[in-house]
Amino acid sequence: MTGMEKHLLLRDLDVPNIRELDVYMANDGYAAWKKAVTSMKGEEVLAAVKDSGLRGRGGAGFPAGLKWSFIPKDVFPKYVVVNGDESEPGTFKDHQLVRNNPHQVIEGTALCAYAIGSNLAYIYLRGEFSEPGKELEKALADAYANGLLGSNLMGTGYSLDIRVHYGAGAYICGEESALLESLEGRIGQPRLKPPFPATNGLYNKPTVINNVETLANVPWIILNGAAWYRQFGTEKSSGVKLFSVSGHVKNPGNYELPLGKHSIQELLDMAGGSSSGRPIKAVLPAGSSSPIIPAANFGAKLDYESMAGIGSVLGSCSFIFMDDSVDMVWAARKMIRFFKHESCGKCTPCREGTYWALKIYDKILSGEGTLADVDMIAEVNKQIIGKCFCPVGEFATSSMTFTLKHFKQDYIDFIEKKKGGTPEYRAELARDTHGHHAQAAH
Amino acid sequence: MLRKNRAADIEKVLAKYPTKRSAVMPLLNLAQEEYGFCSPEAIREVAAICDLDPTEVKSVVGFYTMFYEEKVGTNVIDVCDDLPCALRGADGFVAHCERKLGIKAGETTPDGKITFHSVMCVAACNRAPVAQVNGAYHYDLTPESFDQMVDELQK
Repeated sequence: MTGMEKHLLLRDLDVPNIRELDVYMANDGYAAWKKAVTSMKGEEVLAAVKDSGLRGRGGAGFPAGLKWSFIPKDVFPKYVVVNGDESEPGTFKDHQLVRNNPHQVIEGTALCAYAIGSNLAYIYLRGEFSEPGKELEKALADAYANGLLGSNLMGTGYSLDIRVHYGAGAYICGEESALLESLEGRIGQPRLKPPFPATNGLYNKPTVINNVETLANVPWIILNGAAWYRQFGTEKSSGVKLFSVSGHVKNPGNYELPLGKHSIQELLDMAGGSSSGRPIKAVLPAGSSSPIIPAANFGAKLDYESMAGIGSVLGSCSFIFMDDSVDMVWAARKMIRFFKHESCGKCTPCREGTYWALKIYDKILSGEGTLADVDMIAEVNKQIIGKCFCPVGEFATSSMTFTLKHFKQDYIDFIEKKKGGTPEYRAELARDTHGHHAQAAH
Repeated sequence: MLRKNRAADIEKVLAKYPTKRSAVMPLLNLAQEEYGFCSPEAIREVAAICDLDPTEVKSVVGFYTMFYEEKVGTNVIDVCDDLPCALRGADGFVAHCERKLGIKAGETTPDGKITFHSVMCVAACNRAPVAQVNGAYHYDLTPESFDQMVDELQK
């Protein structure tokens, strides 16, 4: 996948076998790590990341260096937890990094630990990543065997362990406090904030939690400096970002681009345009949890500010393109079905709201909907928005709010032109009611 | 007996964390490898190792979709039919899988060889239809390649 002449993150596309330690090291690998441990103080590493303007790549876009600076100096132990739960439908960037460029993930994790004075980091991978996780575990073993991890590193007295922990199937664990609960051996339900993980994180100790991709940027910042890194991207959205492109495009996959330089339309063009030849109708820019963007707004630039300007988000940058054959009632139902399945059950509005919303969508899809049902969807939505403990409740409403906002005519046509109840829809509904792999707690 | 059969693995898991409780999920994975599912016996054993009440371990089993509370087949096939995959034909594909296997999603073939699930997202939306077979990814599937794969598993 192109976009950058030379990739900073998707280096597997430029350098064959970069997942192997010798190849990684022959291509600047662990140079930043050695430089930091032997010639820099933790504060200097932190300052460089702060100056780089690097923002969190998991979705929220919080400045990474600022987050690290919240870690108290005098409380021990401290932890680094890497969020590799990657469960947002449409997102598959961390998958590629962990599988094909695992050493860069490890090196970034190590630099973060060094910056905050931590001696133990956990990389939390979603349970479905056992296969890519094997590559990461092998890379870790090789790093240990070559003295890059472990005790008394490079004779400095600094020690660092990095361990991999697997989830077992729960979208909510991508939420940082739910992830910590999961890592502590509990069901993944979010914690009340404040206190924030920076002071009361893993085992109630100071903890930095960053996304896999965020940390994979750090080796470059330390090796070449913050100013060098800032040449990519814009003032407020610095650096490069991975875009997972899926749906109705000719060449779906991960694309690495500097932030703020390209538009949504250009991203679509890079992915080969519509796979069906039909016009693209809309895109979800950050998976199921994001406000849908109609094609009329595809001129927006790919950075945090521009996306907010068109009423959407950059988020995790998982762009799901849909052509004009897609009925938004069907698409919204798919998304609400996901959230009904993934609601952790802690908050009633999210747990019950998604359950009832799905019932209404099922009714419409089965051909028995009325226009009053459309109003009811909006009403259920209102009962969820702003009433949940964590962002997942809010995410669940996006699919309803924004398909209704931009594509209400789809809903009206669906009902008035009696599009429901087709054999395809009936089969889909029957499958979901009898046996989707659901569990009692969800 | 998990403690007898997997003693070394259990020690390795426990050594990874400062608390025993953090070992619950990896130990349940070991138990599932050993017993095929998180049986009541497995839950009691994991609870004993972690100094927890079996009820607490049971709640973890119930919460996460990848812990099975009932016996599954020798092989587990998970196919995603969430939105991005559905845009690439996953709904029709899952229907084909059900026809080929002669079972519905969530069921196990009568010979006990294959359990089939439709699942929510496996982070490989660019290569749909996609399946995980016992955790291993199989990309860009077609009805033909799926049939071939199933025939191999059922041999």
